[in-house]
This record gives sequence, C-alpha cells and structure tokens, in this order.
Amino acid sequence: MHSPSPSRTNGATGQPAPAPIVEARSLSLVYPTADNRPVTALSEVDLTIARGDFVSLIGPSGCGKTTLLRVIADLEQPTGGRITVEGLTPEQARLKRLYGYVFQAPALYPWRTVERNVMLPLEIMGIPRAERQARAREELQRVGLSGFERKFPWQLSGGMQQRASIARALALKPDLLLMDEPFGALDEITRDHLNLHLTQLWRSTGKTCVFVTHSIAEAVFLSTRIVVMSPRPGRILDVIDCDLPRERTLDIRESPEFAAIAHRVRDGLKEGHSYDD
Amino acid sequence: MTTEAGTVPPRRWASGRLADAVPVLVTTLVVLILWYAGAAWLNLPQAEEALTRSGKPFGGLDLLLQTYSMKRPILPTPDQVVVELWGSLTGYPLTSPRNLLFHAAVTAQAALTGLAMGVALGTLLAVGIVYTRTLDASLLPWVIASQTVPILAIAPMIVVILGNLGFTGLLPKAVICMYLCFFPITVGMVKGLRSADPLWLDLMRTYSAGGLRAFWSLRLPASLPFLFASLKVSVAISVTGAIVGELPTGGQAGLGARLLSGSYYGQTVQIWAALVMAALLSVLLIAVLRGIERLVLGRGGVR
Repeated sequence: MHSPSPSRTNGATGQPAPAPIVEARSLSLVYPTADNRPVTALSEVDLTIARGDFVSLIGPSGCGKTTLLRVIADLEQPTGGRITVEGLTPEQARLKRLYGYVFQAPALYPWRTVERNVMLPLEIMGIPRAERQARAREELQRVGLSGFERKFPWQLSGGMQQRASIARALALKPDLLLMDEPFGALDEITRDHLNLHLTQLWRSTGKTCVFVTHSIAEAVFLSTRIVVMSPRPGRILDVIDCDLPRERTLDIRESPEFAAIAHRVRDGLKEGHSYDD
Repeated sequence: MTTEAGTVPPRRWASGRLADAVPVLVTTLVVLILWYAGAAWLNLPQAEEALTRSGKPFGGLDLLLQTYSMKRPILPTPDQVVVELWGSLTGYPLTSPRNLLFHAAVTAQAALTGLAMGVALGTLLAVGIVYTRTLDASLLPWVIASQTVPILAIAPMIVVILGNLGFTGLLPKAVICMYLCFFPITVGMVKGLRSADPLWLDLMRTYSAGGLRAFWSLRLPASLPFLFASLKVSVAISVTGAIVGELPTGGQAGLGARLLSGSYYGQTVQIWAALVMAALLSVLLIAVLRGIERLVLGRGGVR
C-alpha cells in the first residue's frame, strides 16, 4: 500500500494507520424555519466509519439518516461539530470526487442512453472518450447490464435503472459509496435480488459503503455495522456490530444469528420511540 | 406530444387506417358545407343585382350558381380559391410576382430570420432570468408588457425607425417577427431551464461540476422539450408577424404585399388564395419543426 499522505502512515513501521474514512464529532445540523421553531435534523452525532465497512443508517422518517449522508457528501452543511471524509473536509472530498452517490431515485438523465449516463461523470472529469466508454462498459457489466448500453432509461425497469445509477456511481472509482435508500421504491423480489448483488459487489470491490435504509432486514443482511437513529432531534441511539460472515446468501436471513441482530436493531428503534405515534 | 412521437413510429400515417381518417373527413366536409352556405348567403345581394342587370329572367338555381361564380365575391368559394391558387402556382415561373410561391418564399425568409432572432433573444433573456435574481424580478414584467402592445400599432414604427437607419427589406420584417416570437421562447425556456429535477442538480454537485457544465449537460438538454413546444407557437406567429410587417412597407413582395394589393383592387379571390398560402406555409414550417424535434429529442425525448 502506498499512501500519499504522511499523516496517515505510522512513522515507526511505514504501515498505513487504519485511518477512518469518515469521522464525525458532535455533528449538528439545525434548519431555521419561518415560524422561529428551528428543526434539529442532527444532534451531537459521533460516528466513525472504518475503511472497508458496510455501514447502514437505519431509523424512521425524519431521524436525519439522509441528512447525515448528505452532510458526508457536502450536499448539506452542518451547523455544528466536525466531520472529515478521507481526512479532508466534505467540500474538499467532493471537489476531489472521492465518493460516489446513489440517490433514492435513479436520477438518470432521460435524454442520454444508459451508457452515456454512466459516462457523464467521466466526461466531466475530462477523461478521453475511448477510456470513458471502456469504463462505462466495465461498470455496466459489473451490475449486470451488458447489452443495455444503448437503451434509454425509460426502456429499463425500475430495478435496472437503479443498477445503472449504481454503475454510474462506480464509474468514478471511488473508495466510498454513499447510498440513500436506493432500493426503497422497488418491489421486494427485485429488492432481494439487488441486495444480493450489492453485497457481492461490495465484497469483490472492497469499497466502503454507507447505506441509508428503513428496512431492518436489508440493514442486517448488508451491513458490517448498523447505526440506529431516532428522530426529534435526529441522533444516534446505538451502533450494532453485525458480525455475520462477509460472504452472505439470502438464506442467512433464516439463521438465528440474523434474527438476534434484527431483534437488537428493533429494540434500538423501540428505545427511540420509533413505534410510538 | 413528444411521448407519441417516440413510441408510435411514423408509419402510423402511412398505414392510413380508415377509422383514423373518418373524423378528419367529416370535419372537412362540414367546413366545406358551411363555407358554401356562407358564400351563397353573403354573395346573394351582389348576385341578384348582377342577374337583374343582365335583364334575363332567372330562377333560384341560376341565382345560386351566380353566387358561386362572382368575379369579386364577398366570400369566394373554396373551388374559386383553389383555382386561383393553382393557376398562380402553375401558370407563372417561380420568379414571377404572380406566383404565390415567390411571395411565400419572401415571407418565409423573413419569418425564419425573425424566428432565429427571436430564439436567440428569448433564450438569452431566459438564461438571464434563471441565473440572475434581480433580472428574475425586473425583466419579466417588461417582457410581458411588451406583448400587450398591439403589433399593428408598433409594426409601422419599427419599419419607419429602421428605414431611417438605412435598413429596409428583410430586416424590419424580421425584427417584427422577433418582437412577436421571443415571448413564448422566453416563457418556455425559463420553465425549461428550471425543469431539471433537484436530484439531477445534486448529482452535478457530487461530480463537482461547474455552473457552465451544469448548464450544457443538464439545464439546456432538460429545456429542449419546452423549447420545441414554444417554437411551435412561435413559428406560427412569426409567419403572422412577417405578413403584418409586409403591410406598412407597401412591399412589392411577400404574402402581406399580395394581401394588400388584393384589397386595393377588391380582388377577394386573390386575398383568399394568399391567406390559404399563408396557412399552408405555417403548416409546412410546423411539420418541418416536428421533424427536427423528432430528430433532436429522439427516443430519449420521451418523458
């Protein structure tokens, strides 16, 4: 391993120190509102995400899980606390294009073919045309969309569109993949299929994933760590290590270990009064 | 409308299913019947006078036929207009001022030049309005106010002012067209440039793309369907603008000039032939525009 940054290497051995890829300390975000009752989207959030982890942020609507993801991506600015991404500020990380972002909706540009959608970030980076195309094809193949390069987004099913948007995020070759409920709008069968696909993708690429979801099963199935969040104000209740084997199949969801972790997540959500109302 | 263009292939016309044609035929028939009835009614006093003057006795049928064959009817019949149009198109060379295609070409030239200028001006204003907060508040009222001034009032002034500056012929007419057609373009493009989904904009931000890049790769392509919708409105009013622009000049050429000379000499058939030619010109331009739209937006334009 070669690390360009000396601050991240351990002076004695020359080995890279296990620097966290994302580190948040007392992170807060308060939205001012017109009626002078500010909304606290994030309150005193402390979170460390290690390289190679698959971290799920789970919680009910309004718990700030999407906000936290958007703060990491520099799409929202925190009003308090500190956060670093790859040791940089989120803005620096964004400007260096250090992460790939997958939105709730596929957000493919309808006037571009699937391939040209995946090529868009590479176009913006100024990568030559031939390489752009090669990389787009490679990523489309990775998500199982070979043969659909020339199709327009509307010609694809919802699940395929979301896979194309994952390929687009991967095209930047980021170490960090930020995903905001990417499968939330899909039916359960498609969702299972994509979950399996995603966990294989994560294992084979060794990327760090931060994944927002409101599905307990999805979080337990995919994650190495699960961050349970609670609303009003948005805060972290519990961080659960999910020590199932890294190689996972859908059957794992029937195992007692899976059930035990799911139970703990549910307890955490209960503690945050997520089931009240 | 773009949805149709993308999913239904153009052979829809060629296949010519009778069921599709029936409503069109019925409508055409009704219009023709009303037109003939109207011509008979409007031309009746003239026809009666003419027959009385001839001194010969006449019956109801003679009277009816006379209303359909007046030299200068109040309302010419469709067949008279078609004969006049056909005679003008086939009886004279294209360079002759008696050929309506010659006039149509002159008018089309002004209309298309004006349309191009209108698209440029309209887009420029829209970009200003979308990107500059102060322009958003200050410019739009003026743009709207400009359209409340009747074009018939302002057209002669444009001709006079530009003529004074040494511009005659095409340019004054094109400026009148531009004045008319930049408005739909501005309105459409403001909406179009703002039509980008917030997620699409966020995506650009995650790529740390600059404003110019976001404009070319996102806002502009997103606005194209809106631009084409505006263009269809603009192209029709641009033809109207060119014709209006040809009136005050007392021009020698153009459909407007043809209308004017027709009205000087009470040649109603000639006026109607020019009107039909103007309508055909608009239809043709819109058809060309649809073709370009299909080409540009292609299958990706389906939204």
